[in-house]
Amino acid sequence: MSEATRDPAADPQAAAATTPEEPEEPRGFWARYARANSLVVTLLAFVAAMVLGGILIAIADTRTQDASHYFFQYPWDTFRYGFAAIWHGYVALFQGAIFNPHTAAKGTWAGYVGPISETLTNATPLILGGLSVGLAFRAGLFNIGGQGQVIMGAVCAGFIGFHYHLPPGLHLLLGIIAGALGGAAWGGLAGLLKAKTGAHEVITTIMLNYVAVSLLAYLLSVKGFQAPPYGQAISNPVYKSAQLPPLLGSSVRVHGGLILAVLAAAFVSWLLNRSTLGFRLKAVGANQYASRTAGMSVEGSYITVMLIAGALCGLAGVSQILGTNSQLTGDIDAGIGFDAITVALLGRANAKGIVAAGLLFGALHAGGTQMQSATGTPIDLVQVIQSLIVLFIAAPMLIRAIFRLKGTAAGVGGGELAKGWNG
Amino acid sequence: MTTLAQSPDELTVEHKVTRAPVSPAQRYAGSVSLLVLGLVTIWRFGIDGHHDQRASIRFGALNAAHVPHFTVPAAPVAWVAGVLTIVLGIIWVVVPRRRLFGLVMGLGVGLFVVALLCWLASASSFVSVDVVGLLTSTIGYSVPLILGALCGVMCERSGVINIAIEGQMLAGAWAAALIGTVLGVTAGMLAGALAGALIGWLLAVFAIRYLVNQVVLGVVLNVFAAGLTGFFYDAFMQTNPEKWNQPPLLDPVKIPGLGDIPVLGPLLFDTSVIVYLMYVLIVLVDIWLFRTRWGLRTRAVGEHPKAADTVGIRVLAMRYRNVIIGGAIAGVGGSYFIFQVGQFQKNITSGAGFIALAALIFGRWSPRGAVAAALLFGFASAMQNMLSINAPSIPSNFVAMLPYLATILAVAGLVGKVRAPAADGEPYVKE
Repeated sequence: MSEATRDPAADPQAAAATTPEEPEEPRGFWARYARANSLVVTLLAFVAAMVLGGILIAIADTRTQDASHYFFQYPWDTFRYGFAAIWHGYVALFQGAIFNPHTAAKGTWAGYVGPISETLTNATPLILGGLSVGLAFRAGLFNIGGQGQVIMGAVCAGFIGFHYHLPPGLHLLLGIIAGALGGAAWGGLAGLLKAKTGAHEVITTIMLNYVAVSLLAYLLSVKGFQAPPYGQAISNPVYKSAQLPPLLGSSVRVHGGLILAVLAAAFVSWLLNRSTLGFRLKAVGANQYASRTAGMSVEGSYITVMLIAGALCGLAGVSQILGTNSQLTGDIDAGIGFDAITVALLGRANAKGIVAAGLLFGALHAGGTQMQSATGTPIDLVQVIQSLIVLFIAAPMLIRAIFRLKGTAAGVGGGELAKGWNG
Repeated sequence: MTTLAQSPDELTVEHKVTRAPVSPAQRYAGSVSLLVLGLVTIWRFGIDGHHDQRASIRFGALNAAHVPHFTVPAAPVAWVAGVLTIVLGIIWVVVPRRRLFGLVMGLGVGLFVVALLCWLASASSFVSVDVVGLLTSTIGYSVPLILGALCGVMCERSGVINIAIEGQMLAGAWAAALIGTVLGVTAGMLAGALAGALIGWLLAVFAIRYLVNQVVLGVVLNVFAAGLTGFFYDAFMQTNPEKWNQPPLLDPVKIPGLGDIPVLGPLLFDTSVIVYLMYVLIVLVDIWLFRTRWGLRTRAVGEHPKAADTVGIRVLAMRYRNVIIGGAIAGVGGSYFIFQVGQFQKNITSGAGFIALAALIFGRWSPRGAVAAALLFGFASAMQNMLSINAPSIPSNFVAMLPYLATILAVAGLVGKVRAPAADGEPYVKE
């Protein structure tokens, strides 16, 4: 067309002339996300969440409550007891997650490595789930279906584990494969629906979560699954030959699931950074129309990525049933599906970040348990802190405003991934 | 004049009526599922049923006076229902009409349910089926779902995805329990609405002002609400329930006149204040969205914010208001749990917010559709409850799956095109 009717945005020179000082916005959700979230913002988000969590600890502390009744006569007591409660709470959190001098003083192996073991045990399924959600993110999909995929993985792995008698190594291997396949089927179903009918994966995965919950409830009432005497909704125990071996001796809980998690992280890292498939997935995630024009199969990518993501969540289920627990219960998923979303966001959807985020949240969970037993602070605090951290890093504008940082005001999700149900 | 002389043929305009085509999936999958449903009905409840037994159907509690009551032979009913379903399936595959798909499938499922109820009522261990009881429990299950779905309608019609309905309900339930214990029912309901609105406000601020991805945000807010209410439950309410967690129950209020209608009266007009409030809200939201200036603007903002902005509508303000009001409605839905059950428990809403989301989607983002879907899902819950008590041989968990499976089928395009508001989930940034 003629020079006059040309779209200025299509002409780089004209665009540069009209907005000379505006720096080029990075394209794609994750590029913007990574830029908006420097390490500083992540750290500050953590600090802000811990501060708000501290306020909650003080509110829940009975001594502080009593002192607050005479706050206007003698406010110092309220603050003193409040800060003492926060200090004791967070010290207990640290002791439960990293190192506890009181148990270490007993000189036993479990006393030394117990807290670290708890952290790693809690982190294992979070890392696996986080990898699943993060991988789907990179392909432009929201995998909200972690809960269902974890459940299906656990059901399949558990069934192999308690229904068959097999030689030790083979039994475990088959259990792991079955778990991965179970999760993959559940995730792949959402991918297939997305690819073939355009059904939004957020809706289908949420619905599939509840289908899996009901299915598990049904299975736990069926003979063959349910453990005798058939009174409780709990399955038969998995045979020893199918259980993931303990990593740091049998006195602490950390198990071979951690190795699965590390391998999975390495695999996802290779997939995203080194493989053709990963390139295709990322391209589809960045711009599905351009990818289609370039000859990539967008539908195929959706199915593939949801299969892999489902398998990763299935492995989280394996870690739950063949490692941490040995019997299926109604809450075998332990909220991993939703925690995994926070892990993936905090880890910025790359393998290293997810491992770090999984370890952090695993430590919070482990420490939260210790905090509850030592100081009586409810463990739900961990959930609050976790959601606050993610809320803050998802809204870097807010954290920058709180701490008066300079920098770009770009929010997260204003870009390509903030598509609606129809997108 | 002569130039206008035209043959009469050219002046007639022909109106050709074209029917919207039915997709092959709808045509054949619908037909096959009807056929299967009919065969299952005949097989399970007809051939395999209790032949010599008559099903006894009641319309009211056993001990109530003047309860309409009749008996039918169970197996023949199942035969008739099954054959009718099969006929429906055959008719559907021969002359499919897109507009009638929902009706036909609904009829098929309805016939199945009738046969199932008759079969249940004819079992020796199970004396009779109380239709009113079943419907009462349907409404009981539906109230939070309807209110949650209305919240979703308000938010999503204005262009903000609300996955945090669950969180808003949970916060509403918690606040209603706490304030209801301390200050009474009315204050408790207000507090519930306020708490829901607060989570709604958080959703609005982060979605509209800070442009956080709304799906992520909804999930995180759910975790936040669950964590916060669980924290305070453990910290105060569990240890000292007399002081913090003993809200009064809402007594049913009978509306004079209407409450005396034989079957419908006790069902609809002898219930708690929250149900009446729900009736009002259903009508209000529908009028609000489709008959007022506010509603027109809300829908404009949800479909095409740029165009709305161009004609002077304040896009962001509209979204803020709708999301906050929606949150308040969900909060009331949460308080229903409290004033029916009597105490707050951790995660008391147990996924009702997500069923409400499903109802919203299944009802195609319209208030009426959402209410109908919520009633349907409530009925599924009531059936599940009844089956788990009275017929342990039928796995009631599969009935529990139905709402979710129906929603998956709906978004997969089997129940016609399900389309969200065009700008739903897309933040608006003024250029």
